[in-house]
Amino acid sequence: MSQNTAQVNLKKLKPYGDIMNDGTVQLCFTLPVEPSPEAREAAIQLCEKMGYDQIKVATMEKAANGFSLFVIYGNLKHTVDFTQIHVVKVDAQKRSREEIDELIKTRIGRKLVVIGACTGFDAHTVGIDAIMNMKGFAGDYGLERYQWLDARNLGAQVLNDELLKRAVAENADAVLVSKVVTQHNIHMRDMKDLMNRARQMGLMERMIFVSGGPRVTHPLALECGFDAGFGVGTRPSDVASYIVEEFLRRRDLALLDEGAGTAPAAATVSVPAPVKRSKLAKSPIKKAASRLVGKSRIAKRPKTRASSKR
Amino acid sequence: MAHLNLDPGKIRHCRELARKISAPVESLIDSHTTIAIERATLRLLGVDGAVSQANQVVPEVNVIIQDLQKSGGLEHGILRWFVNGMIQTKMTATELATQVAKRKIKLRDLPQAPLEEVRAKAHELCRDAVERLVEAREQRDALRADLNDPFDPTGRNGPLLYVIVATGNIYEDVIQAQAAAQAGADAIAVIRSTAQSLLDYVPHGATTEGFGGTYATQENFRIMRQALDEEGRKLGRYIRLTNYCSGLCMPEIAALGAMERLDFLLNDAMYGILFRDINLKRTLIDQHFSRRIIALSRIVIHTGEDNYLTTADAIENGHQVLASQFINERFALHAHMTEDLMGLGHAQEMDPAHPNVFLLEIARAQMTRDIFPSSPIKFMPPTRHKCGDIFYSHLMDAMFNFVGVLTGQTIQLLGMATEAMHTPLLQDRWMSIKNAKYIFNGAKDLGREITYKRDGMIEKWAEKVLDETVAHLEMIHHKGLFRAIEERAFAEVSRREDGGKGHDGVMLRAPDYLNPFFELL
Repeated sequence: MSQNTAQVNLKKLKPYGDIMNDGTVQLCFTLPVEPSPEAREAAIQLCEKMGYDQIKVATMEKAANGFSLFVIYGNLKHTVDFTQIHVVKVDAQKRSREEIDELIKTRIGRKLVVIGACTGFDAHTVGIDAIMNMKGFAGDYGLERYQWLDARNLGAQVLNDELLKRAVAENADAVLVSKVVTQHNIHMRDMKDLMNRARQMGLMERMIFVSGGPRVTHPLALECGFDAGFGVGTRPSDVASYIVEEFLRRRDLALLDEGAGTAPAAATVSVPAPVKRSKLAKSPIKKAASRLVGKSRIAKRPKTRASSKR
Repeated sequence: MAHLNLDPGKIRHCRELARKISAPVESLIDSHTTIAIERATLRLLGVDGAVSQANQVVPEVNVIIQDLQKSGGLEHGILRWFVNGMIQTKMTATELATQVAKRKIKLRDLPQAPLEEVRAKAHELCRDAVERLVEAREQRDALRADLNDPFDPTGRNGPLLYVIVATGNIYEDVIQAQAAAQAGADAIAVIRSTAQSLLDYVPHGATTEGFGGTYATQENFRIMRQALDEEGRKLGRYIRLTNYCSGLCMPEIAALGAMERLDFLLNDAMYGILFRDINLKRTLIDQHFSRRIIALSRIVIHTGEDNYLTTADAIENGHQVLASQFINERFALHAHMTEDLMGLGHAQEMDPAHPNVFLLEIARAQMTRDIFPSSPIKFMPPTRHKCGDIFYSHLMDAMFNFVGVLTGQTIQLLGMATEAMHTPLLQDRWMSIKNAKYIFNGAKDLGREITYKRDGMIEKWAEKVLDETVAHLEMIHHKGLFRAIEERAFAEVSRREDGGKGHDGVMLRAPDYLNPFFELL
């Protein structure tokens, strides 16, 4: 930026129109009254209460009998301190499909099983298809295309119970849930219901639960009991990056617990002697062992995740 | 209008293949009935009550049909037992229905009148029911004639402005629908609650809560029809009403739509199979009876091929849409429908980043118009590539409107800038209607002023899609429709003949099956 323009002040960030710190915002809303000078004044006063000044009503239109529509510009008085913002987000290094396949091949040595569905009465497969189907989304190939993922898309209108049964039957490593159409927050109720069932079935440690959809955010997913949530614009490789990293993180944690001797005895069912990480995935037998270790030895959910909730 | 230079021989061949594909299904249809058809039959006789069962409101028709299915005898047709009940008890249909639904009368326990008497009485009752439907149709046609009606199936008057309301509350829907009509909408669809197609009953009464839409009930139909009639009279313009005749209650919704004077019904021969995982046979048998009612009431159906393009790629799969349109057309003809009632559906869903995407979209839209010249083509807006940038979405809708008016589409479902965010707000619809009015007016006669370049990009694309359609229909004919569906012939979805919901509601008709509606409709 040149000497003649103000620098952005991250401590007091506000919207930008054409002059730094002008705070310009465009608004559009309807009021359930006929257009009139009074309606216009009401719209202005509402904008003042929202924290705008220099309010300009660009247009007031009659949207229907008894309804006026406004397009308004105003300058926002408020600011936020950008340096103090902390967002809960999915913590995974972004990797390409090739990198992810390579990582699974060398560090896990078997295909990860990923089961996905659009649950409840929602019939919209567009989200789960974009992530899972071969073709993918926006030039990013879907999970079916990954050599080291065994991705199974169950489609739409899959009931929670059915999804979990399938996940157990197929020995899934990760479960993807898509929510598209919703009203009165039914998607949250449904997501919580799934995770309650998963908890009762003791699947939380065995599987990674991921949700996605236009109204899903990572904090919302955490609130519903999922391990991660992905919103609009998510690419299949974002989801795959997370699954692999989370799988490895849990396994390493389990091996660490193993080393410290803190793993509960009940979790050691028929698991061979502890396998060191460096030896994992070398022979078929050890691959199997690593799978069991990965699934049954994670006794604790890391506290850092819980505390990262808002 | 500008037309594409398509080979009429190939188009004829497609229709011939569609006829061959549907022939075995038509004999399945003619030899079976379903619980939904039997329920619709009772509804046509005027049975519209509901009873309370375990704190739930259950329609009388469901209790009656379910009980008879359990006790056996439904394969003879409900009328065989129900009309006998009317003869024995001397009750009207509604009186008897209430007594049976309350389980105070058991149809199978009543003395049996001579079968000839039952047949004669059933015939009379059904004829009266058909007369009521004809009256409703005539009442509707009179209102259309009274007011200005812009609808022309061939698209000569330009696309009809069609929008949806979906608040979940029928009374709020009325406000939104009237506002849309005032802004210029010609047709209003009340989107159904998202799970309704999987309910094996039609909910009862006026409803104020739904998910992603409002329940389709007879009372809700009536409330909205009345509101649109009133609004239409004020505006001097007939406003059409649409609902969804799909799912497990397809025949019943057709019956209710016919009685309550609906204008459009979404009704597809295969949609339920592919997108709702409803049993294949159930859907094909149900769609037929629903279309018989629709044919009599002269309701315009909208087929659901647009949905294929939301799951399968729109550039690669144009032939699936066209192949399905031919099959839908064939099944509609079998149900006595005329071409001017077949609103064949398609959509503008290609990747907006694709080079020359509008040339391809124009090719698809124009060829649909040209191949089905007498049918009201329903054109659906972009949804798949919309993602919350409402300004870009609004622009996509503008281009969609441009393609629609240029190629003479008949029923244009207007896109919403807030697609993929929420069900439309009042201002979303207003903005969308303004967009369409501007473009439909400004480019009104453009299609009459241009010609398509011989062997240009547009014609070549249309030819390619037509060739692929021929090949696709040949494949389906070769495998048979059921196996083809199992092997993902449409929308990349696989369904099995014996899979899906509602299979247990399908029955082989007994040789003495009684249902005069099959002759009268």
